[in-house]
Amino acid sequence: MLYETAASVDWARAQFALTAIYHFLFVPLTLGLSFIVAIMETLYVRTNDPQWKRATKFWMTLFAINFAVGVATGLIMEFEFGTNWANYSWFVGDIFGAPLAVEGILAFFMESTFFAVMFFGWDKVSKGFHLLSTWLVAIGSNLSALWILVANGWMQYPVGMAFNPDTARNEMVSFWDVVLSPVAMSKFLHTISSGYVIAGLFVVGISGWYLLKNRDVLIAKRSMVVGASFGLLVSLFLALSGDESAYNVAQKQPVKLAAMEGLYKGETRAGIIAFGILNPDKQLGDDRHEFYGDIEIPYALSFLGYHDIDAFVPGLDDLVYGNEKHGIEPAQARIDRGKTAVAAFKEYKAAVKAGDDTAAAEARGVIEANIADFGYGYLEKPEDIVPPIALTFYSFHVMVGLGSWFILLFLALLYLTMANEITRFRKLLWLAIWSIPLGYIAAEAGWIVAEVGRQPWAVQDLLPVGIAMTDISSSSVQTTFWMFAALFTALLVAEIKIMLRQIKIGPDGGDH
Amino acid sequence: MFEALTFLQLQQYWWIIISLLGGLFVYIMFIQGGQTLLNQLSDNETEKTMLVNSLGRKWELGFTTLVLFGGALFAAFPLFYATSFGGAYWVWMVILFCFIIQAVSYEYRKKPDNVLGQKTYEAFLYINGSLGVVLLGIAISTFFSGADFALDDNNFVHWQGASRGLEALLNPMNYLLGFALLFLVRIAAGMYFISSIDHAPIEAKARTMIKRNIVWFLPFFLGFVAWIFLKDGFAYDAATKAVSMVPNKYFWNFIEMPVVGIMFLAGVVMVLLSVFNTVFRGKSCCAWTNGVGIVLTVMAVLLAVGFNGTAFYPSTHDLQHSLTIENASGSLYTLTVMSYVSLMVPFVLAYIAYAWRQMDRVKITEEEITAPDAHNY
Repeated sequence: MLYETAASVDWARAQFALTAIYHFLFVPLTLGLSFIVAIMETLYVRTNDPQWKRATKFWMTLFAINFAVGVATGLIMEFEFGTNWANYSWFVGDIFGAPLAVEGILAFFMESTFFAVMFFGWDKVSKGFHLLSTWLVAIGSNLSALWILVANGWMQYPVGMAFNPDTARNEMVSFWDVVLSPVAMSKFLHTISSGYVIAGLFVVGISGWYLLKNRDVLIAKRSMVVGASFGLLVSLFLALSGDESAYNVAQKQPVKLAAMEGLYKGETRAGIIAFGILNPDKQLGDDRHEFYGDIEIPYALSFLGYHDIDAFVPGLDDLVYGNEKHGIEPAQARIDRGKTAVAAFKEYKAAVKAGDDTAAAEARGVIEANIADFGYGYLEKPEDIVPPIALTFYSFHVMVGLGSWFILLFLALLYLTMANEITRFRKLLWLAIWSIPLGYIAAEAGWIVAEVGRQPWAVQDLLPVGIAMTDISSSSVQTTFWMFAALFTALLVAEIKIMLRQIKIGPDGGDH
Repeated sequence: MFEALTFLQLQQYWWIIISLLGGLFVYIMFIQGGQTLLNQLSDNETEKTMLVNSLGRKWELGFTTLVLFGGALFAAFPLFYATSFGGAYWVWMVILFCFIIQAVSYEYRKKPDNVLGQKTYEAFLYINGSLGVVLLGIAISTFFSGADFALDDNNFVHWQGASRGLEALLNPMNYLLGFALLFLVRIAAGMYFISSIDHAPIEAKARTMIKRNIVWFLPFFLGFVAWIFLKDGFAYDAATKAVSMVPNKYFWNFIEMPVVGIMFLAGVVMVLLSVFNTVFRGKSCCAWTNGVGIVLTVMAVLLAVGFNGTAFYPSTHDLQHSLTIENASGSLYTLTVMSYVSLMVPFVLAYIAYAWRQMDRVKITEEEITAPDAHNY
């Protein structure tokens, strides 16, 4: 590693993870609730029914309470790229910066400008302009997600760039390759639909509470219909986009897929573990069994990863130590090529300084031939390419399990509400309430799969996190970690208390 | 269209955009300025709520401008982004903290069960408005005073002191811009309040406040101008790119780039004129004149530090490591692509102006704030 330092890297990772986890507690709800509010206001404008206006204003108030912390944590994330990951910022800024700038120009301003109109413009602008503003807030919020996920997609699957040894960074050569990368698109669709599901759960859960309390029944039932139909639609889409996402992971990040399934030895016709407890003693390369009490769905992993039930899915052992039969080379070969590239880069720099054009051209050729494995040159051993397996495995299974539950829940709630029978099913209403935190758990688990599952890479195959971080002492990052942890936690507690109180006050309590 | 421009022209185009965004950001910091005036300009809770609501309808624009400013720097001048944020770690961390606590304060301040209490959120607004602004001014002032960093062959930054940016606080000259900024945004806030709130007592107090703050602003601002005009500046040679110290570099930049010099003078005159009209002629129309003046002045200062062979982020550790718009920028391709995206900026500004106008057509009144179904901050 370049700097001190596993400790520094771990603290920097922890701090970014902390910020991202908190950010992701607030943003997904914003993404979906903004559309639900827009749908309700549209119904108000079309029907002129004041009950729809009451419902719109009520959910809008909850939206605003949540929105503020999302914005604050988002700002921190943007600047943490610079403060904690300065080397990364330089290495990829030429590419990563562009989507961020587009996000600022095209999305943030739309969101923030019309946010004020949405909340304060009820009696100041026309009904039509107000409705347009509400939709523009929803579109702006979701456009922000698009651009940031394009940037994240590029980190998972870097395309559209070339390494420039003169500037020591990757430079963009195709904007459209970056934007339209299949990984970026599937990440965007899967992530925003997870946010929509959280919003659906939020609305049906709170509506369920009103129905249990027999309060604001009309608004609660109407909200239940909007929330459940929205939730059902998007949770079905979430499953589809999840399938596409897993397919992309299999193609572009096979190590992550193997960790997601706890697959050590590759298999043809590989199954998915429906349930299993990982054997904590299991090590790479040994013959111990991976699980205790596992239940497998045959062929499913081969199909999920390759859309072919006969496909071979490489395991961690294959990817680390190689598998000649299936044409998988050992990670050591990539490390060797990476070290060749890193050494050639140093030679190139020395040759340029010395004015030796021939040596520079030769070194440049070596760099170009080995650039795909450049990041491997900073790894010490083949096992370094494996992410934390248990965390990735359990997160993946929690996410999939909960995603399936949400589909059933929305289906049942929608059917029973439409049949006007929902108030008789009190246990289901309680389940709806308790499913609100489950939505957040599923979304955070998904984030862990995506981000922890790609470790040790800041940029897949090109830049390990140890090289990406700022040259700074672990004590500084540790200090700011605890400062952020304390502040974010205080804000989370404040938000939950305020939110609960507003829900208690309800639509009739006015806008406090 | 942009393909026809040279790499240097694109770098200059993007520095102009950064300067414009910097100017807009400083103007929009009237929100921060206003946050320091909540107690000073109000005699009761209703008046304070009117002030908070007036600012609260705009606070997000300040955040967005900051994010865009950061995003544009990241994309257009990534080496600056990496060097300053990674190097001057502690200064930026404190600034970020000031902004986090602002974001929630408007929405949570008066909500029932808000845990921390109304006073805490008002204190958060004050901290963001005062400490946040002064620190930002000090951070920008390092464009003129330099920073203690070195770059290696990978262009990775290595800060030379353990204080990581806090050493900028030890240079008294950096405070000139910090405090000038603080008083400027308070003046801008006063004018904004006058234009957006229909309440005679607040208006009277705002006019008095502006009169007092211009007296504080001028010495700091003139001190800052005198400092940068008289000091040696960080210049680089167009051919060799070698950086050297040149006497009165920034003064000569204004002379040698007359458009920038005129922009600077026009901006300052507009700010002073708007203050004169507000304080002595009792006008309430001056927020926009003042805003344009601030944008022009800040733009001119940033253009002077980036153009005419000037290193905009100088290294005091080794002059040759200083950042210029040529060595710190994104690639030719990225700048070209982003230049097309920048064509959206006038459209964005237009819809912001339209929405702002729609919302501020009717001023905030006591009746509106006390209405039972009002969404109040």
